[in-house]
Amino acid sequence: MELVSPGFGLIFWMLLAFTAVFFILKKFAWPGILQGLKEREQQIDDALKAAEAAHQEMKNLKIDNEQLLKQAKEERDVILAEAKKIRDKLLDEARIKANEEAERIVQSAKTRIESERMAAITEIKNQIATISIEVAELILKEKLQEPEAHDQYIQRILEHKPL
Amino acid sequence: MIQFIRSKALKTTFIAFILSIWTFGFVHASADAEKEPFDAGRMIVDHIIDAYDWHIASFGNTHISIPLPVILYDEGKWYFFSSSKFNHGHDTYQGFHLAKEGAIKGKVVRENADGSLTRPLDLSITKNVLAVFISSALMIILFINIAKVYDRRRGRAPKGFQAIIELLVLFIRDEVAIPSIGQRQYMRFMPYLLTVFSFIFLNNILGLIPIFPFGANVTGNIAVTGVLAFFTFLLTTVMSNKNYWKHIFNTPGVPWWLKFPLPLMPIIEVLGMFTKPFVLMVRLFANMTAGHIIILGFISLIFVFGQSNVYAGYGMSVLSVGLVIFMNFLELLVAFIQAYVFTLLSAIFLGAAVEEHIAEGGQH
Repeated sequence: MELVSPGFGLIFWMLLAFTAVFFILKKFAWPGILQGLKEREQQIDDALKAAEAAHQEMKNLKIDNEQLLKQAKEERDVILAEAKKIRDKLLDEARIKANEEAERIVQSAKTRIESERMAAITEIKNQIATISIEVAELILKEKLQEPEAHDQYIQRILEHKPL
Repeated sequence: MIQFIRSKALKTTFIAFILSIWTFGFVHASADAEKEPFDAGRMIVDHIIDAYDWHIASFGNTHISIPLPVILYDEGKWYFFSSSKFNHGHDTYQGFHLAKEGAIKGKVVRENADGSLTRPLDLSITKNVLAVFISSALMIILFINIAKVYDRRRGRAPKGFQAIIELLVLFIRDEVAIPSIGQRQYMRFMPYLLTVFSFIFLNNILGLIPIFPFGANVTGNIAVTGVLAFFTFLLTTVMSNKNYWKHIFNTPGVPWWLKFPLPLMPIIEVLGMFTKPFVLMVRLFANMTAGHIIILGFISLIFVFGQSNVYAGYGMSVLSVGLVIFMNFLELLVAFIQAYVFTLLSAIFLGAAVEEHIAEGGQH
């Protein structure tokens, strides 16, 4: 019976003590602890979110980098192709020019050779003419030693050359 | 590694052996005191009920105990004196003495002229009151310091004792408050649930330590559990919303003939309002008292056997110490479970009292 009959004094002091503990802890302890817990949880949550965001950003950056690299490669290829084209063009132009020049040189050489040749021929002709005249003179001189031959000759010329 | 375990097991055995030898002293003491046969029931009840002084040990007829203040209010007068004035119930002081028998055995009474006994208004600082004060002081110091640690270590990982408290706080928040009350309102009741849980848990644990200033059977006292249950009842009633009362007086989802003409359901529901905290009170009280009784019972076995035969007492003491160690481990578990159950049921009652209509509407 003693066990289940509550003592009035104990009830009174217990009410007092528990109320005091409750209000003191409610005012000074629990808010701090619960707030601290909540803040930390928030912090951890934020940190995790930030890490996730950073991860995503890094991924994006990687993709960006890859794209940039690809772009750069493409650009390089384009530049290289263009350079090749330009080089080819330059080479072609140079070749054409060289060819033209060579042709021109050959042409002028040909012209000179021709003119030299002509000059030589003329010279030869002249010399032949001179030699011929001298020969003819000599022959004539020889032939016209006799008077009849002389006459005959004049006769023939007169025949051929009508006056 | 094996060697370590072996040495540890040896150590444990050794300690148990020493403890058993220590209890041999009890056997001798009980064997010597043949005049007064050992009454196990009396001894156990004396240990678990409240007392005006804090008994520590007795050697023969010498009692070592700490006298506590007696505070009485009788016929318009206040009385303050030390409980040592009663000389362990043998003396009468200022007309008051401790009742020798009856329902008020061991309480302070005043004998009237015609020989009948009157119980004065008794606000004495008894053993349990002091134990409540001690645990309350411990709680206040402990949790305010922990709160300071939280302030100092803002946003950092918990450390040391803070981590243990955090475990319990998180347990109450995530496993008790939020599931029972709901995400929206649980913060209003967290201070109460945390206070009740830590009060019960701390007192349960302290009740298991058999050394002064601990070891009082605080949570195994019906007055203490009654006050705790009363707070839950008070909070439930004060915080309740319209929906709660509607649920009591016009329970939805019940056939009309259960409410009219005979208001069967309202009667049951109103009774339920009171039986719920009553059950809370009895459960905690009975569980904690039962644990103490079993432990004391095992200890008593030593004396009971020792009285018939000293050597039987020796043998029994070894067995008893083993059983008591086992019971103490079990009680550690019970200490937590009972604190948890009390808090969980309080949270469920509070949750029912503040339940939103929308939430309930979804069920029907």
